Amino acid sequence: MDFGIFAVLAQDGVTNAAVYALLAMALVLVFSVTRIIFLPQGEFIGFGALTLAALQGGQFPRLLWLLIGVGVLCFAVDLLAALRQRRYKPLPRRQLLWSAGENLFYPLLLWALAQSFDWSAVPMLGQILFTLAVTVPLGVMLYRVAFQPLAEASVLVLLIVAVGVHFALIGLGLFIFGPEGSTTQAFTDWSAEFGALLMSGQSLVVIAVAAGLIAALYLFFERTLFGKALRATAVNRRGAQLVGIGTAQAGRMAFALAAALGSLAGILIGPLNTVGYDSGFIVALKGFVAAIVGGLASYPLAAAGALLVGLLESYASFWASAYKEVIVFTLIIPLLAWRSLASVHTDEEGA
Amino acid sequence: MSAVVLETRQLSVRYGKMEAVRSASIRLRAGEIVTVIGPNGAGKSSLLNAIMGALPSNGQADGEVLYEARDIGHHAVEQRLGKGLALVPEKRELFTSMSVEDNLLLGAYRRRRRGRSHREALDSVYAIFPRLRERRGQLAGTMSGGERQMVAIGRALMSDPKVLMLDEPSLGLAPRVMAEVFHVIARLRDSGVATLLIEQNSRAALQVADYGYVLEVGDVTLEGPAAELAHHPRVIEAYLGARH
Repeated sequence: MDFGIFAVLAQDGVTNAAVYALLAMALVLVFSVTRIIFLPQGEFIGFGALTLAALQGGQFPRLLWLLIGVGVLCFAVDLLAALRQRRYKPLPRRQLLWSAGENLFYPLLLWALAQSFDWSAVPMLGQILFTLAVTVPLGVMLYRVAFQPLAEASVLVLLIVAVGVHFALIGLGLFIFGPEGSTTQAFTDWSAEFGALLMSGQSLVVIAVAAGLIAALYLFFERTLFGKALRATAVNRRGAQLVGIGTAQAGRMAFALAAALGSLAGILIGPLNTVGYDSGFIVALKGFVAAIVGGLASYPLAAAGALLVGLLESYASFWASAYKEVIVFTLIIPLLAWRSLASVHTDEEGA
Repeated sequence: MSAVVLETRQLSVRYGKMEAVRSASIRLRAGEIVTVIGPNGAGKSSLLNAIMGALPSNGQADGEVLYEARDIGHHAVEQRLGKGLALVPEKRELFTSMSVEDNLLLGAYRRRRRGRSHREALDSVYAIFPRLRERRGQLAGTMSGGERQMVAIGRALMSDPKVLMLDEPSLGLAPRVMAEVFHVIARLRDSGVATLLIEQNSRAALQVADYGYVLEVGDVTLEGPAAELAHHPRVIEAYLGARH
């Protein structure tokens, strides 16, 4: 292997690692706040890329049908919960009105927006924002329908629900989008040559956006009260409850962020890969391996894990391309062994 | 006499079939310290959690919790915080991997008075616990037991409560530190906060309190002004030891 190939593989690996890092962050976030292993993360990759592709192709973003459907379901769940508690407390009219607004009215508003504009003529940033406006509420609604009623359940129960949601979304994805994948437009066709290395602008955009998002997440967690509230929920659920950070509110926030990160990951890989309704799953699983490096708890370690997974995958595809997935996923065994030996079980409250 | 801020009427708490508290009726007036004493497992913590609306998911409260003469029994924890109730739990439940100041700031996540800025709230807590100002950057998990208790009380005060509920604040503390905590509790009374104090250390609790209740196996068996309770033969025998 000469330096040229080495550098190309490294560039490839780091580019993929940037995407895995985003997914790993989202998985760590969702798990530490809600104890849910967010298996449906991968679906949001497909949702993000396919919705953006539809907007760019001048088609109707069909994900909106799912949003409208899940929205109706969400409102029904809220209404039912309110009716069931009518014996103990008065009907929370304001809450129901709010629920109707975000679950029924908002998706219809997006539908009207999607119909009334020629989105293919809008600048790419606008298209991306519209895509997020569809996928982020979908994440929040999924939390409301599938996970919020089970917030107190064990990790295992939550995992099984997550598997169920994953399969449901895969099925719905096939129904809505069909089996064909799409590619989105390139962010840039700029490229530069450094000696033997051809630096693609595409890779640079992916790495820069991922790095920017990670920095933004860091600032969010360190500097804002909302971010601190999410961290607090992860550290001590009961303490968070007693200062009024509701489990449901924290869960909604975590799912909104995870949906945003998932669909942005999809948007980032969209120009380089053909993304179909089910292609996100394997990508998200690699993000999961990276998150395992951080024990589903540490963001910096998860990012380091993403780099490890990305580079390993890239070099494995050169030396043993038939086995590259095997090699990446086999990594999880020594990782788990190392984590179980290295982790110290600390008593949260020593006093 | 000042107005009743908090009152429970026939409040019962049940975990499945196990009854932890049986129709307890207690009252708390503004600027008053009321203590509930009793042996371990008598349902004291359950009583506080029921008032706060923070029972574990298998817990069920019946009866009325009146705050400023309004039934708040169906309110969520967030709403009760917003009205002016705050609970310092027995295990402190701090955010151990976060700084002292972050712990305090999160205490103001749902505060009663929107007008007061976080800065002002922090300053007033630092005025009560000067040591926390010195240690504001330190991780809460690395502090001593007494300091953690200060953080826990400070965090509850950040929501600017009218009723502060303390669950075994002296638990696991050295006597000197305990005295400090009780001193702070006594000073809070002057600022108009009503305190509902739950203690196993009955002697210290009855010294600082104005009024007391004895809770035994789920029932309120005795009540009266703290000074009288401290001289009640049954209380002396069961909770204060034979030293009198």
